[in-house]
Amino acid sequence: MDAPVLKSNKKRGALMEVLFRLKKSPLAMFGFFFIIFLAFTAIFADVLAPHPYQRQNLSHAFETPSKQFLLGTDEFGRDILSRLIYGARVSLQVGFIAVGIALFAGGMLGAAAGYYGGWADNAIMRVMDVMLSIPQTLLAIAIAAALGPGLFNLMIAVGISAVPNYARIVRGSVLSLREMEFIEAARAVGSSDLRIITKHIIPNSMAPIIVQSTLGVASAILNAAGLSFIGLGIQPPYPEWGAMLSGGRQYIRDYPHLTLYPGLAIMLTILALNFLGDGLRDALDPKLKR
Amino acid sequence: MNDLLEIKDLTIHYVTDGGTVRAVENLNLRLGHGETLGFVGETGAGKTTTALGIMRLIPSPPGVVKSGRIIFDGEDLLTKSEAEMRAIRGGKIAMIFQDPMTSLNPVMTVDKQIAEMIRLHRDVDKAESLKLAGDMLELVGIKRERMHDYPHQFSGGMKQRVVIAIALACDPGLLIADEPTTALDVTIQAQVLELMKKLKQQFGASMILITHDLGIVADICDKVAIMYAGRVVEYADKRALYANPTHPYTIGLFNSVPDLDEDRESLNVIPGLMPDPMDLPAGCAFHPRCAYATSVCSESKPEMMEAAPGHFVACPIRGRERK
Amino acid sequence: MTGYIRVENLKKFFPTKRGLLHAVDDVSFAVQKGETLGLVGESGCGKSTLGRCLIRLLDATSGNVILHDEETGEDIDITKASKSVIKHLRKKVQIVFQDPYSCLNPRLSVWELIAEPLIVNGVFPDKNAMKRRVRELMNTVGLAERLENSYPHELDGGRRQRIGIARSLALNPEFIVLDEPVSALDVCIQAQILNLLNDLQREFHYTYVFISHNLSVVRHVSDRIAVMYLGKIVELSDYKDLFVKPSHPYTQALLSAIPTAKLDVKKERVILEGDVPSPIDPPSGCRFMGRCRHRAEICGKETPELREVSPGHFVSCHLSSP
Repeated sequence: MDAPVLKSNKKRGALMEVLFRLKKSPLAMFGFFFIIFLAFTAIFADVLAPHPYQRQNLSHAFETPSKQFLLGTDEFGRDILSRLIYGARVSLQVGFIAVGIALFAGGMLGAAAGYYGGWADNAIMRVMDVMLSIPQTLLAIAIAAALGPGLFNLMIAVGISAVPNYARIVRGSVLSLREMEFIEAARAVGSSDLRIITKHIIPNSMAPIIVQSTLGVASAILNAAGLSFIGLGIQPPYPEWGAMLSGGRQYIRDYPHLTLYPGLAIMLTILALNFLGDGLRDALDPKLKR
Repeated sequence: MNDLLEIKDLTIHYVTDGGTVRAVENLNLRLGHGETLGFVGETGAGKTTTALGIMRLIPSPPGVVKSGRIIFDGEDLLTKSEAEMRAIRGGKIAMIFQDPMTSLNPVMTVDKQIAEMIRLHRDVDKAESLKLAGDMLELVGIKRERMHDYPHQFSGGMKQRVVIAIALACDPGLLIADEPTTALDVTIQAQVLELMKKLKQQFGASMILITHDLGIVADICDKVAIMYAGRVVEYADKRALYANPTHPYTIGLFNSVPDLDEDRESLNVIPGLMPDPMDLPAGCAFHPRCAYATSVCSESKPEMMEAAPGHFVACPIRGRERK
Repeated sequence: MTGYIRVENLKKFFPTKRGLLHAVDDVSFAVQKGETLGLVGESGCGKSTLGRCLIRLLDATSGNVILHDEETGEDIDITKASKSVIKHLRKKVQIVFQDPYSCLNPRLSVWELIAEPLIVNGVFPDKNAMKRRVRELMNTVGLAERLENSYPHELDGGRRQRIGIARSLALNPEFIVLDEPVSALDVCIQAQILNLLNDLQREFHYTYVFISHNLSVVRHVSDRIAVMYLGKIVELSDYKDLFVKPSHPYTQALLSAIPTAKLDVKKERVILEGDVPSPIDPPSGCRFMGRCRHRAEICGKETPELREVSPGHFVSCHLSSP
C-alpha cells in the first residue's frame, strides 16, 4: 500500500504511550479514575467509613438518606454507605484475585497448548471446551457449592470458572506469534526455547491478555455478586454488594434504597471496567497508532 | 483538445494527532482519451492517495481534500454528491487494486460478483447480467465453465483477471490500476500485462497505471508522471522521458534499477531517505538529496516548466540546462 | 563436487492433508568460499525452504548439507549436526529475512535487537565490550548511533533491513543466506541495501546465497545463478552465461517476462500459459512439461537430470543440446 509513512517523533516509555493514548478516550479515562477511586476507597475503608459496617441499630432501621446516614440504613439499621465502602474491598479482592487465579492457570495451560501443540494441545483444549460448554455462572455455583461459602472459596470458584477464557486467548496469541518471522529470526541467532517464550512470545501477547483481564475483573465481580446473592459467597454480617442486594430485595417495594445503592455500585464498577478494557484495547493496538 | 481527465492544484492532507501528512500537494495532471498514464513513485509518494482522490474514496477522517479540481469529462468530481459519485465509480471510472486476494468477496461466486457490478450500473435483468458476466470472463481468458467458482478456487493471476473483468464490465472511460501486478510472479505478471494491453485497445479506455516499476511503464504506458513527496516532479511522453530523464530524482530512480545487460560494481544510489511527509523540507522537497541543488532550491518551491515541448519538469536548474 | 558448502540430494517434503508437498526435491549444488550464488524462482518454487534447510532452520527430509570448516579442516554435515554443533554453527551461518516488518520483535529496541545474538551466545561477558560491538555493527551497516533506543515501528523499511543485517553479522559469520532481502523495499532503498551487501562482502569475504524472485537484482549481485522451478534446480550457470545463453525453456520465459526500463529493446516475448502446477505429489517426468513450448514424448516419462551442457553451465532439460 502506498500509505504515508507515519513516524511518532516524540519518545515516550511504553506505559506513558499507553496512558497518552488512553487519555484520548474520555470514557476510558472515566473508567480508569473510577477504578483508582474504588481501590483507594477499599484500601482506606477503615478511615473513610463513617460507621462500623456491622454496627446494628434497630431504632434507625430503614432510614432514608440523611446527614447522619448519607445513603440511609438497612433493615438492621446499619449504615449503607459504610457497608458499600467495605464491600468495595471484597469486590475488588474477588475481582482481581479471581482473575489472577484464572490468568495464571489459564495462561499456563494455554501457553503449553499453543507452544507444544499436537497431543498436549488437544488434551488441554478439549477439557477447556467441556468447561466452556457449562454456563460460567452455573459452573461457579457448582464449585462454590462444593467448596462451601467463604471469601477464599468464592475467589477460587469464580477464578476456576474463568480459566477456559484465558486459556483460549493465550493459546491463540501464542499460536499466531509462533508463526511470526521474528521468532524464526530469534532461533536463527541461537536463542533457546525459554528465551523465545519469555523475551519474544510473552511480551507480545500481553496486550490482548491485559484487555481480557480488565474485562474479566468486571465479570468476576458480577459473578461473585451473583453467588453472594444466592447465599454461596460472602457470609453475613460481612458486607458484599451482591449479598446486600439479596438482603434488601424483600423490602424493595417500601425501601428501594436498600437495593438501589449496592446495585448502582455494581453497575458503575462493571461499566468503568468495561470502558477501561475497551479503551485499553484501542490504546494497546499498535496498528491504531496515529 | 478536450482531455478526459484534468487535475488542477489538487492538495490532499491527512490530519492526525501527530501532525499533518501532506500526501498530495498542488498536483496537476492531464489525461487524454485513450491514453495510458504511468504514475511512478516510491511508497508514500502519494500515488494511491491521488487515485483514491479521483475516486473520491479518501478515508475521512483523517483525509481532507484541501483544494483543487478534478475535471472528468467536463465535470468537476469534487462537487458531485455521494449518490452521483456512486454512479460514476465502477461505471465511468473503475479501479483495480493491488491485491487480488482481498478485493474479491470470498463467499460469492465470481460470475455473481461481475453480474452485481453490471446490474448496479446498467439496466439489465439478472439472467442477462449473468450472461454478460460469462462473456467478460471469457474476454479475460477464463473459461465460461469456471464462472460459478469461488475466488479461492482461482490462482493469484486468475483472480487478478477476474478483478479486471469486474473493472471493465461496465465499459468505463477511465481505468485506474493501482500496482495491479505487484503481488504476482513475473511470468504471471507478463500474462496479465499482455491482457491489459489487449483489452485497453479493445475498450478504448484511458488508464492510469500506478506502479513503482519503470519496466512496466516502458512496456505499457504512453505518458509518464514521476511523483516525489506528494508532487509530480516530471511529466512527459514516455519516449521523451526515457530518452532524456531530466529531474534529478528521475535520474536517480533510473540509476537505482540494476541493469540486465550491463555489469555495474555498485549502483548509483540517491543518498538519504524519503522525507517525513509530516515535515517536508522547505523549497524543493528533493533538495537535501539532490546533487544539483543550489541555494535557490531550499528557498522556493520549483514551478513546473516546459524543458522541451510536452516535457514538463519541476526543477529550475535541470529544466534550464535542457533548454 | 568440491566447495565450501556442498548440498547433496537435498529433499524437503511437507506432509499436507492432500499429500506430500515436494518443496525441495533432490537438489545438489556447491557454493565456493567468498562467492555469491543467486537462487531465483517464482513463489512456491521452494527457494526459501531450501535456504532455511541450508542453515538448519528447517530439518531436511533427506540429503546432506556439508560445510567445510577451514579452521579445523573438518566437514560438518549441517542436516545431521547435534544440538551443540548447531549452537556452534549459528556463529558461522546466518540468515537475513525478507520482511523487515515482521522479522523484528516490535517490543525490542534497536540496541536490544542487535545485541540479541551476542547475548544468547554469551559472546561478551563484559557489558561495555558488548556495547562497543553493537555500536560498531550499527556503523558497519550504516545506522546512526542515535537510533539505538528507537523501536522498529519508528523506522522505515530500509533501516529495519539494516538492523536485520546487523543481527546476522553480529557473530562474525562466514556464510549468510539472504532470503529476498530487498523485495519489500522501494527501488532507491533497495539500491542502497544492495550496495551495502556488496561492500560488506568485499570487506569481510562473506559467502552469500542470495534468494530472490527479481532477476535483475540477482544478476547484479551473483557470481553464479541457480534457477528453481517446483522444487528443482532447472538451470545453474555463471551469471553472464545465464542471461546470454539461457538454455532451459523456463529460464528463457522467465528472462523474457522481466519488464526492462528501456525502450526499443526488441526481444522475443515468451508468454507462458497457465499457472505453476501444484507441488503436492507431482507426477514423474519434467515438472515444467505442462507449460513448455518444446515438450516431447520423453518429457512425460523421465525426470531430466541436471547435466553440464558447457563448462560450468548445467541444465536439466531433455531437449537441451550439450
